[in-house]
Amino acid sequence: MSATESLGPAAGAATAPIPQVLREPPEARSSVGGLKKVFWIALLTGLSVLFLYPFVWLISSSLKPQGDVFDNRLIPKTFSWNFDEVFAAAPIFDWFLNTVWIAGLAAAGVTLASASVAFAFAYFRFPGRTLLFALLLGTMMLPQQVTLIPTYLIWNELGKFTTEHAWLPHIGVNTQYPLWVPNLFGSAFYIFLLRQFFLGIPRELFEAARIDGDSYFSMFRRIALPLAKPALIVTFIFEVQTKWFDLMQPLIYLRDDALFTLPLGIKTILDRFGTGGGGEGEWQIIVAATLILTLPMVVIFAVFQRYFIEGIATQGRKG
Amino acid sequence: MASVATSTAGPGPRERARRWFSGFRERETWTAYAFLLPWVVGFVFLTAGPMVASAYLSFTNYGVEQIAGFSPTETVGTEHYRQLLQDEKIRTSLKNTFVFTVMMVPATMIVALLLAMILVRIGRAAGIFRTIFYIPQITPPVAVGVLILVLFNGQVGIVNRGLELIGIQGPFWTTDPNWIKPSLVIMSVWAVGGTMVIYLAALHGVPRQLYEAAAIDGASAWRRFKDVTLPMISPSLFFTFIILTIAGLGNFTEVYTAYFGAGSTGAEAPDAALMYAVYLFRQQFEFFNMGYGSAMAWLLFAITMVITLVQVTVSRRFVFYQGGQR
Repeated sequence: MSATESLGPAAGAATAPIPQVLREPPEARSSVGGLKKVFWIALLTGLSVLFLYPFVWLISSSLKPQGDVFDNRLIPKTFSWNFDEVFAAAPIFDWFLNTVWIAGLAAAGVTLASASVAFAFAYFRFPGRTLLFALLLGTMMLPQQVTLIPTYLIWNELGKFTTEHAWLPHIGVNTQYPLWVPNLFGSAFYIFLLRQFFLGIPRELFEAARIDGDSYFSMFRRIALPLAKPALIVTFIFEVQTKWFDLMQPLIYLRDDALFTLPLGIKTILDRFGTGGGGEGEWQIIVAATLILTLPMVVIFAVFQRYFIEGIATQGRKG
Repeated sequence: MASVATSTAGPGPRERARRWFSGFRERETWTAYAFLLPWVVGFVFLTAGPMVASAYLSFTNYGVEQIAGFSPTETVGTEHYRQLLQDEKIRTSLKNTFVFTVMMVPATMIVALLLAMILVRIGRAAGIFRTIFYIPQITPPVAVGVLILVLFNGQVGIVNRGLELIGIQGPFWTTDPNWIKPSLVIMSVWAVGGTMVIYLAALHGVPRQLYEAAAIDGASAWRRFKDVTLPMISPSLFFTFIILTIAGLGNFTEVYTAYFGAGSTGAEAPDAALMYAVYLFRQQFEFFNMGYGSAMAWLLFAITMVITLVQVTVSRRFVFYQGGQR
C-alpha cells in the first residue's frame, strides 16, 4: 500500500518528532538585502489582505441589516445586531455546547486510546507487531465511505436493542454516541504520530523506571505520557478541529435538531434562510451564524497556534 | 525481552512458527496486547468487520425496505457493479471530481511553494505572515461552503465587484456550470496554509552549504531552484501531492454545503457541482440505496488506490531522499 510505503520507512528512524519550525534559524537564511526585503514584505502584505478578506467580509456583513449584507462596504452603513435574530431562529447555543461536548469527548478518547496503542508499538517487541503495524498503516488508505454503511447498521441495531430494553440507556442512531464512541478505539493517523514521538524518548528512561520497580502501566503514565505532552496536545486539538469541521457524520446520525452540532446546524440555517440566493434570502442570519461557527476555531488557533503549525510540519516530515 | 525474530533466515518454518508462538508465553507480550486492545477491538468491529459487510452488501439489494424489515435481502450478483458503468451520474461525478482535483492539486502546490519560498527569504518577519496564511485552514468547511455562495455570487458577490474594478465582467460563478469548479478550486487554494507550512519546514531543512556551493559554481537562481531546492524538498512535495490528491478525490463538505441538501431538491442541484463523494453520500444516506452505495464506495477505494500507486511509481524517479533511497 502506498501510504505504507510513503510513511513506513520514516517510522524506522526515530528522529526528533516535533521539529522546531517556529524557531527561525539563528541568521535569516539566504537573507536578502534591504530593498528586496521591503518588496517581498509589501507583496506579502498585499496577499495577506486577500487571505484575510473573507473573514473581514464575514464579520462586517454579520453586523449589517438584511438589505445591506451584499453592499460590500467594509464598515456597515447601519449597524445591526443580527445575533439576537440568530439565537431566536435556532438553538445555536445548544448546538455550540453539543459540539464542544462531542469534540471534547472524542478528542480525549482518541488521544488516550491512540497513546496507549502507540506506546505498545513503540516500546514492546511482541509476535504480530510487524503485521499489525502494517494493517494499521493500511487502514489509513481506506476511504471512510467503505465502512460507513455497516457502521450505521450496527448503530441502528444497537438503537433498536436499547429501545426494546428500556432499562438500558438509549444508544444508537439519532443519539450523539456514534459521533464520539468510535474515537475510544484510537485512530491510525494519531497512533502513527504518537509512536514516532515515543520512539524519540530515550529507552534508558524506561529501563530506569523498570529497575525502580514501575509496572508497565505506571511507566506509560509517569514517563511516556508526560514526555509526549506536546504530541498529545497536537492530537487533541487536531481531533477537536476534525469534529468542529465534520458535517457528514452528524448528517448521517442526528435527526432531532436539539442534538445537532454546529456544522450541521449552520447547514440547516443556510438551507432554511438562503432560498433564492443573492439579495433575497435572509443572509444576515446565515452570515452571523457562520461567524459563530468560525470564531471558536479562530480562538483555539490563537491559543494553540504553535501546536497546529508544528503538528502540520511534522506530517510533512513523514514524506 | 521477548524479541521474536520472525524474519530470521536460519531455522526452518516449523521452528520459526514455534518461536513465534512461544512469544505468547511471555508476560510482556500480553502486556503489549493489553495496550493494543483499543485499536484491535476497533479494527475488528469498525474496520475489518464493516469492510466484509460492505463487500457483501455491494452484491445485494439492501436498502431502506430491508432496514425496516419489509422485504428480504436478496443477492443481485454483480448488478451494482454493472450499474456503475451505466449510471450517467457516476460518469458526471467522476469527471467533476477529476477536473477539480487536476486543477486544485497543482494550483495548491504552486501557490504554497511560492509563498513558502518568499517567507523563507524574509527572516524574522515570516512568523506573522505564516499565521495569516494559515488562518483559512482553520475555517470550518461548512463556513467555506457559505463563503463560496456569498463571495462568488454572480450579481452581488465581492469577487465580481473586484473584477469590475479592473474592467472584467465576472462570470456567474455559482450558477454557470463552467465556473462552479473554478470557484471551488479558488476556495481550496485559499486554504493553502497547511501545505505551505510543510514546504516551509522542508525549505528550512535544506543545508545552506548547498546554495553556497552552487553560487560559487556560478549557478543561476533558476538552476539553484531546479537542482538544489526542488530535489531537496521533493519528499515533502511528494507527500503533499498524494495527500492533496486523496483530499481532492474525497471532496465533500464545501460542495455539499453550497449546492446540496434539504434546501435544494435533487433536480435543482447543479450537475456541475456533483462530486463523486457527494453522489456517493446521496446514494448511501439520502436515497438509502445501501447495496449500490457500497459498490460505489469500493469504486472510490479502487480509484484512490490506483491513482496513488501510479503517483508513487512515477514519483519514485523524482523523489530524492537524503542518505539514499529509504
